[in-house]
Amino acid sequence: MKVEQLITMANQIGTFFKSSPDTEQAKKDIAMHLKRFWALSMRLQLIAHTQENAGQGLEPIVKDAIIEHQALLA
Amino acid sequence: MSKYTDFGTPAKTSANQITLEIDGTQITVPEGTSIMHAAMVGGVTVPKLCATDSLDPYGSCRLCLVEIEGRRGFPASCTTPVAEGIKVKTQTPKLADIRKGVMELYISDHPLDCLTCATNGDCELQDMAGAVGLREVRYGYDGENHLQAEKDTSNPYFQFDPSKCIVCSRCVRACEEVQGTYALTIQGRGFESKVASGTENFLESECVSCGACVQACPTATLIEKSVIQHGVPEHVVTTTCAYCGVGCSFDAEMKGEQVVRMVPSKNGGANHGHSCVKGRFAWGYATHQDRITTPMIRKSIHDAWSEVSWDEAIQYAASEIKRIQAKYGQESVGGITSSRCTNEEVYVTQKLVRAVLGTNNVDTCARVCHSPTGYGLKQTLGESAGTQTFDSVMHSDVIFVMGANPTDGHPVFGSQMKRRLREGAKLIVADPRQIDLVSSPHVKADFHLKLRPGTNVALIAAMSHVIVTEGLVNEAFVRERCEWESFEFWRDFSAKQENSPEALSEALGVPAEDIRAAARLYATGGNAAIYYGLGVTEHSQGSTTVMGIANLAMATANVGREGVGVNPLRGQNNVQGSCDMGSMPHEYPGYRHVSDDATRALFETAWGRPLSKEPGLRIPNMLDQAISGSFKALYCVGEDIVQSDPNTQHVTHGLESMECVIVQDLFLNETAMYAHVFFPGASFLEKSGTFTNAERRISPVRRVMTPKNGYEDWEVTAKLASALGYPMHYAHASDILDEIAALTPTFKGVSFKKLDELGSVQWPCDDANPAGTPTMHIDEFVRGKGKFFITEYVPTTEKVNAKYPLILTTGRILSQYNVGAQTRRTQNVTWHTEDVIEIHPHDAEDRGINDGDWVGITSRAGETVLHAKITERVQPGVVYTTFHHPESGANVITTDNSDWATNCPEFKVTAVQLTKVTQLSEWQREYNTFSKEQIGFVQHPKNEANV
Repeated sequence: MKVEQLITMANQIGTFFKSSPDTEQAKKDIAMHLKRFWALSMRLQLIAHTQENAGQGLEPIVKDAIIEHQALLA
Repeated sequence: MSKYTDFGTPAKTSANQITLEIDGTQITVPEGTSIMHAAMVGGVTVPKLCATDSLDPYGSCRLCLVEIEGRRGFPASCTTPVAEGIKVKTQTPKLADIRKGVMELYISDHPLDCLTCATNGDCELQDMAGAVGLREVRYGYDGENHLQAEKDTSNPYFQFDPSKCIVCSRCVRACEEVQGTYALTIQGRGFESKVASGTENFLESECVSCGACVQACPTATLIEKSVIQHGVPEHVVTTTCAYCGVGCSFDAEMKGEQVVRMVPSKNGGANHGHSCVKGRFAWGYATHQDRITTPMIRKSIHDAWSEVSWDEAIQYAASEIKRIQAKYGQESVGGITSSRCTNEEVYVTQKLVRAVLGTNNVDTCARVCHSPTGYGLKQTLGESAGTQTFDSVMHSDVIFVMGANPTDGHPVFGSQMKRRLREGAKLIVADPRQIDLVSSPHVKADFHLKLRPGTNVALIAAMSHVIVTEGLVNEAFVRERCEWESFEFWRDFSAKQENSPEALSEALGVPAEDIRAAARLYATGGNAAIYYGLGVTEHSQGSTTVMGIANLAMATANVGREGVGVNPLRGQNNVQGSCDMGSMPHEYPGYRHVSDDATRALFETAWGRPLSKEPGLRIPNMLDQAISGSFKALYCVGEDIVQSDPNTQHVTHGLESMECVIVQDLFLNETAMYAHVFFPGASFLEKSGTFTNAERRISPVRRVMTPKNGYEDWEVTAKLASALGYPMHYAHASDILDEIAALTPTFKGVSFKKLDELGSVQWPCDDANPAGTPTMHIDEFVRGKGKFFITEYVPTTEKVNAKYPLILTTGRILSQYNVGAQTRRTQNVTWHTEDVIEIHPHDAEDRGINDGDWVGITSRAGETVLHAKITERVQPGVVYTTFHHPESGANVITTDNSDWATNCPEFKVTAVQLTKVTQLSEWQREYNTFSKEQIGFVQHPKNEANV
């Protein structure tokens, strides 16, 4: 699957949750959404992109969510 | 033929009970009941012609006269209410004389062709002639009469024969009271009186062919052409319509295995005896010549099909799946179910994918329609379903319709809604387009918020701002029923100036004062109910809007009782059911996540196979992974993703990238043209099971004829499972429902036996609610406390610019159903032969486009060509089309944009440009060639085995 597509989708998720006044909670919610609704292969591809390409294209809150909750997502 | 008692006038409800005497029998009925109805309650039949209990009494036929002790004259029992202690006689010599005289007059101007009349034996006029003992007509038959009046056969499904009309007005009143269309009237006075449609014939009139007039007619004046063709039916089987999410109950009136007609069931919990043109008449597709009834296989989509035995087809499909999983891995395969499938079919398909294929790669067509409903309502209220019954609308004071077109998409409920509106309920419509509800006979919206496509969240935000800042929140309800902290976050967010109607008015294209007034009306107008459809869900912020709607309902305490609530109008008949049955890749039946250890253990034990705890791929994910090379086989049951999913080129590229596509369907649909195995499907008339409608009502689907393909669809899936090494031991669909009930708490009390007893039942149906749950969240939300979510408006990335200056939005019309596979194979094409592009006169003039011109529609995804229809129903800057015909290529131009939470496509917003053209688009020309070739592959299969 094209990683650009995953980046777009992940950023959309981030856009929804970043409205929360609690940023830590927002990051948890982003990670939990990915965990509950994305297939493992898609999550692993996004994690690999975050690690190998410094999460290029990802919104900062999404990148942080992936890095901080990597254990949950992998 | 009807199996129902006709009480003559509608039942009344009242706290006061009245006791009267009719023909010496004491009868007690609610105050307000007619004497006619009371008599029937007491087992006394009063002759009648103009009365029927689906209509208000009219008192014109003079046949139901009675005598009341102490009162003068002969009052009509249909229009005279009961009174305490009165004594009524329905049979006296004088009454007999009067009735006989009345009937004599009727029959003197009626053809004496009973023996050859199509309704012989099923005619109320005939019955009444017998009931009053009419033996002769003293006036003869040579006087002035209507016997030569010309028949109107213009409607494809029924005819109007005025020579048989007794001008009882039942048809006119049915059109008004039941359907709410007001297409018919009585024209002229006295002898000249006649039923008229206001135009030359029925077909050209406002008539929507719902069949209410035909059903109400007591003679053969309005009669189904199928009855004329086949004769009076001899047995009845009650089943459930296979079209929209209203889920109407129908009596299939049969002659052997021949359907003579489908009549809406009076006892139908969703439709109460009403119907629309699709369910009532458009069932001929089930026996259409295009049906494929023999399994077929081929190696390549460029080969002709080979007809094979069921065993060979099943074994070939199983061997391909095994080969592909062995070569590419367990996750390289998946399945797609359809909302046209029964609950039982969806259940066994997802069971096959999860337990036999060992993956959660199963999805359903709700992905492209109401998946945001499932997500949004689960998050906020705790259950992925609407909160009410359809009947709840009769208790609403304010009806807020957002992104839905009930009179076209859910016509029977649309009629019910119009009845409530005629009674005085207020109406708010939020829609870019002028839907019929905005202004139709005796119905006018108090507010039509003509918002720009893609700005739903902005509208909800602005309404929320008004409710929060003007003190319209029901704080007591929120404190008791909702998470207070989440409310505080939402309140503070909503109160921001950036969310005010004034700040958002420009983006919305709606005056701020209208938004304020609509919000005030919703919050303070009494019982307020929200009804929404795909105009809410099919957006990049579809889930956000659903959550925003739930926020509004919670903040104003408009949830948890009759007349209020959050009501998703589901598109297809079993959208709710297919989601309930665990066909989403992340959920087991009953909306339980695959990662939940206890639930997974429950299913592992029951199914005897280890199950994956990881969510599977959604439909767009499957296609993406097919193109990237890791997804290789698909089992697609009853769904046509090529025509119904966005960006057709992307879908077909995905399918072409797979090594084995198995399609199970009635017809060689667009997806089947990319398939390697074709399993013939069974129509809803040929199988047993259940459908669950938009109000969570589980209704029985009963087999009325032998499957033309040999098997019910669940049997085919079970055979495939067996071939894959996992026998499924079901003898009947009821066994599957029993398994569902055993494993799904909300279905615990559901069984075929219960459905036989109750007719239908709304889930949750369990020990605490053995008769089901009409209204949800009464004392407590399913999730405990209701949760508010901040719903920030984020404009779609699908923006207009100089190259694509118009917004295309898509929708449905009354006579066609979704991809049209069924309705295009019926006489419904009379009303809709092609999809057209609606364009505002200003936009048309700018482009030199005239009505009927070929217009090229170009988007960032593709191009197609349709005929133009110039209309002010769309606003400047917005164009609209439907997608009922594959050659239209409506989804060639829709894009991959999708809802952030669920990947539901953004069908409702596509930036386009329109130009006048002279020929079909390149895609259409290629499609026509490809389609013709594929159809040829079926009609002329190669003799030699090519697999």
